[in-house]
Amino acid sequence: MGGWFPENISSFGAAIDDVFFLIYYIVGFWFVLTTAVILYLGVRYRRRAGHPAAYVRGDRWRELSWILIPAAIILVLDLAIDAAGARVWESVKIHLPPGDVHLIVTGKQFEWLVTYPGADGTLETADDFVANNELHVPVGRDIRVTLRSQDVVHSFFLPNVRLKQDALPGRSIDVWFNVNKPGEYELACAELCGFGHYTMRAKLIAHSPDEYAQWVRDHEPHRTAEAPSA
Amino acid sequence: MTTVSIEAARVGERIPSGKLAMWWFLASEIMTFGGLLAAFVLRRFAAGGWEDQAAHVSTRIAAFNTLLLVSSSLTLVQAHAAVKADQRNRVAPYLLCTIVLGLAFLAVKGYEYSGEIAHGFTPSAGPFWSFYYGLTGLHALHVLAGVIVNAALYVLVIRGRLWPRVQQRVEYAGLYWHFVDIVWIFLFPLVYLS
Amino acid sequence: MSQVAVVTHHAHEETSFWRKYVFSVDHKVIGRQYLTLGLCMALLGGATVYVIRWQLAWPETPIPLTSWVPEPAMYDGQLDPSFYNQLVTMHGTIMVFFVAMPILLGGLGNFLLPLMIGADDMALPRLNMMSFWTFFTASAVLLSSFFVSGGPAAAGWTGYPPLSANPEYTGVHGGMNLWILALALEFASFLMGGVNFLTTAINMRAPGLSFFRLPLMVWMQLTAGVLFLLSVGPIIGGAVMLLLDRTIGSGFFLPERGGDPLLWQHLFWFFGHPEVYVVLLPGVGAVLEILPVFARKPIFGYRTIVYSTIIAGVLSFVVWAHHMFVAGIDPRLAMPFSITTILISVPFAIMTFAMIATLWGGSIEFRTPMLFTFGFLITFLIGGVTGIFNGSAAVDIFIHGTYFVVAHFHYTLFPTVFFAGFAGIYYWYPKMFGRMMNEALGKLHFWLTFVAFNLVFLPMFVLGIGGHMRRIYNPLQYDFLKPLAPVNQFITMAAVALLLSQIPFILNFIGSLWFGEKAADNPWRANTLEWSTSSPPPHGNFATVPTVYRGPYEYSRPGAAQDFLPQTQPLPTGAAAAGA
Repeated sequence: MGGWFPENISSFGAAIDDVFFLIYYIVGFWFVLTTAVILYLGVRYRRRAGHPAAYVRGDRWRELSWILIPAAIILVLDLAIDAAGARVWESVKIHLPPGDVHLIVTGKQFEWLVTYPGADGTLETADDFVANNELHVPVGRDIRVTLRSQDVVHSFFLPNVRLKQDALPGRSIDVWFNVNKPGEYELACAELCGFGHYTMRAKLIAHSPDEYAQWVRDHEPHRTAEAPSA
Repeated sequence: MTTVSIEAARVGERIPSGKLAMWWFLASEIMTFGGLLAAFVLRRFAAGGWEDQAAHVSTRIAAFNTLLLVSSSLTLVQAHAAVKADQRNRVAPYLLCTIVLGLAFLAVKGYEYSGEIAHGFTPSAGPFWSFYYGLTGLHALHVLAGVIVNAALYVLVIRGRLWPRVQQRVEYAGLYWHFVDIVWIFLFPLVYLS
Repeated sequence: MSQVAVVTHHAHEETSFWRKYVFSVDHKVIGRQYLTLGLCMALLGGATVYVIRWQLAWPETPIPLTSWVPEPAMYDGQLDPSFYNQLVTMHGTIMVFFVAMPILLGGLGNFLLPLMIGADDMALPRLNMMSFWTFFTASAVLLSSFFVSGGPAAAGWTGYPPLSANPEYTGVHGGMNLWILALALEFASFLMGGVNFLTTAINMRAPGLSFFRLPLMVWMQLTAGVLFLLSVGPIIGGAVMLLLDRTIGSGFFLPERGGDPLLWQHLFWFFGHPEVYVVLLPGVGAVLEILPVFARKPIFGYRTIVYSTIIAGVLSFVVWAHHMFVAGIDPRLAMPFSITTILISVPFAIMTFAMIATLWGGSIEFRTPMLFTFGFLITFLIGGVTGIFNGSAAVDIFIHGTYFVVAHFHYTLFPTVFFAGFAGIYYWYPKMFGRMMNEALGKLHFWLTFVAFNLVFLPMFVLGIGGHMRRIYNPLQYDFLKPLAPVNQFITMAAVALLLSQIPFILNFIGSLWFGEKAADNPWRANTLEWSTSSPPPHGNFATVPTVYRGPYEYSRPGAAQDFLPQTQPLPTGAAAAGA
């Protein structure tokens, strides 16, 4: 089962996968048990001559407890699942760290425009530059991304980071992540945004911090003169 | 063995079917207008009030329209009272007043819209105006529907046809008309006074 | 105590062909009309599946059997990406609004409700007739959108703006407006129906039929009616707003005109979540009727089921934002909605366990309706447990917008419409059409459908875990999706099998109308009122209004002469009425 997940390269990816597996084992147990009961009852109580049905209405507590007690157990397990998930949700979506690197990612039909702060490290200054469909980040640093859209609702989906957030026009929405393995991965759009929705693919390229700094230097405005438009 | 009519033998028919159906329908309408008004209030609050846009509606015209609509509810109440007292000849004039007042409301609304559009306050003039036209427009459509229903009833009354059924339907139409009135009572302060 | 015969008043004047068969006010005719139209729309919905799935499995090759589809939708079998989005949109719209609702509510609900409560028809028969023809018009409007310039709606069945609000973003103009109009008409149709169902059930129950003696199918239809009536309002408002944004330049959802795209999502899902229960509950109702009959024992926990249904109905209004966890809402809202979402699984667990407990100690006969009921129980169980993954906001970060969600909702919607709904069709076909359906074909249909369905949708969870996004014309654009291509191909082949598996049903449904064994009044030996009259019932349903003496599930009652005790069977003379 775990093998079907995309490779996890994210500092919070394992936490999300852990909640998934917690749910998987709990519901898996209940599913197997309940299905076994259904199949067993279907076989055990199939119609046979000389075996009339029992007149059981299930309106007494003694009888109802057979379904209410399992339901109560399920309620408790559900709340435990919620508690586990709440902690992870908070750390991913509510308590955003300030970020070592701050980028703006703008979705538009049908590409991702990534705005880098340039060598001065500050966004919305003259040395900002935009790369189309290439999200370069340093490994081991908190990356803070401000998501925007120029037109319709897109969704910023990094499968290997276990991160997804819709990008809305008229809004700026911040997310964060921290990549712990260098390499080339993918960014996909996860919200139907038009006929080219399936082409909204970008690369996520994680460099070592030194390589990243070099890459930024190589791509500054005096080489490629694109100023950002928000 | 005694025989009983189907109506008498039924369990639980305390509210006539037409009335019950009208109440369920109105429950759904409450959710429609409620949803729109809630969206308006929350958006307006989040966006900081839209006072600059809202200043351009005419509270006087709307107040006059409120008077028209409330009066039309009053005349419909009178029509209903006449129905219950089985005074067929008093029903028609009151119904007619209700219809005329409803049409007057729509006419004033049309005059109001044309003035606003002439001044450039079209639906694309701002989010406040989107809600203004959406809310008052949907409400006006409901007023129009009510006017048509009342007019159909009026025709039945002056032709003297189906009197027992008409008696019931005046009451149901009244429920609908009062509801439309109440929606306006909520709409008026939220759109015009705040 | 002397018995009372209750007579009905009917003016049986001669009616024209049009009044009798087309614009009939008889709920039985209207119910069959809804059922037929719903099944026809299901064929169309199924056709969209074929093209969509083939495209997903072999994205760069032409789709067989489609070379007749003209440009710009398809280029000699090569599917246009825009048309792919349009097919996906229409698949969802058709299945939810034009298949599930007419079959379960319009069809089964309309046909059964007056019969099950001992009434001669609905409280408002002409409103009923209008509701069907409004629905018919809605279907025609929706289908017409395929033939206008720009084609049909392309923004998903969820129609999120700004994609749906500004025609330039999709290239679809009239088609999207027709989509909105079709939905508005559909809402109006089911509003009329809902009002009628509730009024009828409250006012027209036969003597002796108190609320807690109602068949559970009636409770489910009523709850569905209330949910629909109270939830459809906001989306009607939203639909008006969307139409205005598209036509008169308003700015409800468009940021450049001061609007907010998220407003639509709130309005849509406030309706959308109760709506899925509107569709689910009647299916559950069919299962709750079939279980006792084919197990020959009472339904387990009647009142518990009623209370659970009401609780679930109430909760359904406070879970909607679980569709919007990553949509841009304030993240602090996620936890309250996660909690309400997780809570709603409890009443459904109770209902499911009650259904299973009904099997214990039974004498189970596996006729076709019962097979489909078992199929429902197992597949709906998967749907229910996979809902837990989606309800957890943290996990949803990853699985939102992927095939995990698609698999989950197909494991809830398909069971209710096609397992429970088919169970109901096989079960009530004798009453509706006066013939029995062929049992061998029915069993074949079940096994083929059950196996094929699971082969289609179980692997889909694997796609979801792999991160496969929804509504993607060509997954091979993504390296991380390439390893999943064999799974997509497998699913597609299973989907073709699933579509072909419906052929026995089509043959059976149509063929039995002429060649089926004539049905007795009560071929299943069941208790509820519809089985106490002829198959099909006469005009006016009952010769004299029935009197109800007991609840609907008195099967295998100790001391009774037979293993079933119809609701209308009089009490033994001289004996005190013992128990309900």
